[in-house]
Amino acid sequence: MSSPRSGIPHYWVALRAMLVLTAVLGVGYPLVITAVGQLALPAQANGSTVTVNGDTVGSALVGQSFSDADGNLLPQWFQPRPSAAGDGYDGGASSGSNYGPENADLIAAIEERKAQIAEFNGVTPDDIPADALTASASGLDPHISPEYALLQVERIAAERDLAVEDVRALVQSHIQARDLGYLGEPTVNVLQLNIAVEALKA
Amino acid sequence: MDVFFAILQVASLVLILALLYRPLGDYMARIYTSRKDLKVERGFYRFIGVDSGVEQTWQSYLRGVLAFSVVGLLFVYLLQRFQAVLPYSLGLPAVPEGLSFNTAASFVANTNWQSYSPDLTMGYTVQIAGLAVQNFVSAAVGIAIAIALVRGFTRRESATIGNFWVDLTRGILRLLLPLSVLGAVVLIASGVIQNFNGFTEITTLSGGIQNLPGGPVASQEVIKNLGTNGGGFFNANAAHPFENPNAWTSLFQNVLMLMIPFALPRTFGRMVGNHKQGYAILAVMGTIYVASLTFLTLFELNGAGTAPQLAGGAMEGKEQRFGIFASTLFGSTSTLTSTGAVNSMHDSYTSLGGMMPMINMMLGEIAPGGVGSGLYGMLVLAIIAVFVGGLLVGRTPEYLGKKIGPKEIKLASLYILVTPTIALLGTALSFAIPAVRADVESTSIWNAGTHGLSEVLYAFVSAANNNGSAFAGLTANTPWFNTALGVAMLLGRFIPIVLVLALAGSLATQDKVPATAGTLPTHRPQFVGLLLGVTVIITALTYFPVLALGPLAEGLQ
Repeated sequence: MSSPRSGIPHYWVALRAMLVLTAVLGVGYPLVITAVGQLALPAQANGSTVTVNGDTVGSALVGQSFSDADGNLLPQWFQPRPSAAGDGYDGGASSGSNYGPENADLIAAIEERKAQIAEFNGVTPDDIPADALTASASGLDPHISPEYALLQVERIAAERDLAVEDVRALVQSHIQARDLGYLGEPTVNVLQLNIAVEALKA
Repeated sequence: MDVFFAILQVASLVLILALLYRPLGDYMARIYTSRKDLKVERGFYRFIGVDSGVEQTWQSYLRGVLAFSVVGLLFVYLLQRFQAVLPYSLGLPAVPEGLSFNTAASFVANTNWQSYSPDLTMGYTVQIAGLAVQNFVSAAVGIAIAIALVRGFTRRESATIGNFWVDLTRGILRLLLPLSVLGAVVLIASGVIQNFNGFTEITTLSGGIQNLPGGPVASQEVIKNLGTNGGGFFNANAAHPFENPNAWTSLFQNVLMLMIPFALPRTFGRMVGNHKQGYAILAVMGTIYVASLTFLTLFELNGAGTAPQLAGGAMEGKEQRFGIFASTLFGSTSTLTSTGAVNSMHDSYTSLGGMMPMINMMLGEIAPGGVGSGLYGMLVLAIIAVFVGGLLVGRTPEYLGKKIGPKEIKLASLYILVTPTIALLGTALSFAIPAVRADVESTSIWNAGTHGLSEVLYAFVSAANNNGSAFAGLTANTPWFNTALGVAMLLGRFIPIVLVLALAGSLATQDKVPATAGTLPTHRPQFVGLLLGVTVIITALTYFPVLALGPLAEGLQ
């Protein structure tokens, strides 16, 4: 008793089935979904890009670095989290550090960041939140915690000759609540905050 | 306050799954018991040369599964080897032989272990026409096997257990494809990308250069979760903002991973004609799920270990938008199903936290497990449990009206030995063969000491149980790991399938025996407790020694 019609071997059935299924699931399906995305939801389907004065400066979803070519943090910009994607926020090499909790390199890196961020912002090391000291899972985390954003306010105000209160109010207005009010964590989108702070001086 | 949000998050997930349980479970039962073919299905059967009205013996059913999987393996292998001449390959070269074998085995075995970084290795054509196709079909194969086993219980004196080609086709066309289309649109609306743009170079706000990736991501993301496959379009998997842009999509992906495995007990209950049997299985799955999630969340929240303590929280390898709670929820769901997707890096979890995904996989992926594989794994354990119950009272065990004789017990016992043997043997050989050990220690292991052992153990447990997640610091793109893990994935997938189909065939040939006063009821809390106990004890006895050498040693020092 066999389900393929008599005389047709299983592998021949399998080969034909795989060809049809590849055409349907591997070509037809993604093309239909792409058509729906491009026609009905083009902004999202193409990466939620952000433009300033007509120029695309990034994606609202993907973090970017605010360092100079040598990797030094630029003091006039709100700084994102440390990144393990390539040399930092490499859009072609998403990755976490994968350091374990007892890894000596990670422990040294956290100590170094702690000292550096404290000095950079003129705060005590104990005030620095965990997200500022740790690399994200993707290396492309677009967000920082509200605490880390607020911690950078005085530095930004001084660097840009802005009133501390104005910058703080700007950060407060950029704190995104949890999704639907209860999912995930409150965040601040670094790119959008930096676009806003750049506009503030005008 | 934070804990309140965490509980609300889990509660909404439970509510959604509870609402889906009956309609989805009943729908799946109808799919696999209906005698009618759709018009499009009739055309498909004609083209591939199958008579949908004829059922198969378990041996013939198995030959269909194996033939289909071998063809799939060759397809995915060849697509990778010819990547250089395929369209939309982003200029990437052919994938090397060893890696191509590993990846083909991985996706055909519903594992989606990735020895490679997709960002740098796979063009769009290989992803959509090779990998995503296997995401659909390997999931449909898993459900088909589970349904065949359930038929073993429902049939009386039957030589056949269904028709593989019909089960495969219906699972894809009536279940996975329609749900994927809906889910993909939801994901795009929520920010997941879907294009063929390749990389776009942009000048960042501060004047730097960034290459933003493109890709047909949403169409793959949905089936990767729905089919409990787990292979990421990007290296960072569901931590990548283009795969999983916010905490809402993360919850939605949890639903996708869990909806079919948690609804299959309903399908089972309906097919055997007793919904309480389904609820008993569901209760065991649900209890393990909640317990495991609670442990992982507490470990990560506690943030033990030198680095998390120094940083003030276990945020290494976690995204700010997810935080601890949405990360541990995803990590638990992904490793308790056989998905293996990640939205946080398990390698960077606290020592005891990192042990939880391993334990989840070591349980055999049954709470609720992969699509189909979770149900058949749990039913095998149920057979072991009624056997243990029978030993206690000195009576021939029965389950669902079928006598559990020597043949059934042998098959079930072999089943529960397969994956631990592969996982532990693979880990042991990695250190026992001198040349391999030197390579593993110098090239592959990323974190020194006990954590390095955990990385290797995690890899083999993940491969043998067809999960696919990793302690991703491990460099697995080496001849040893590509070969050993590839073999582990194939054996870990297909030996259990052979045993389950043999079991289905054996059960189907039996007549039903009427339940008597001495029959152990398998729909009551007592049996739920027994099954829970059997599951935990088997896993604990098998794996405790090696856990003591890895994560326990690291976490308790």
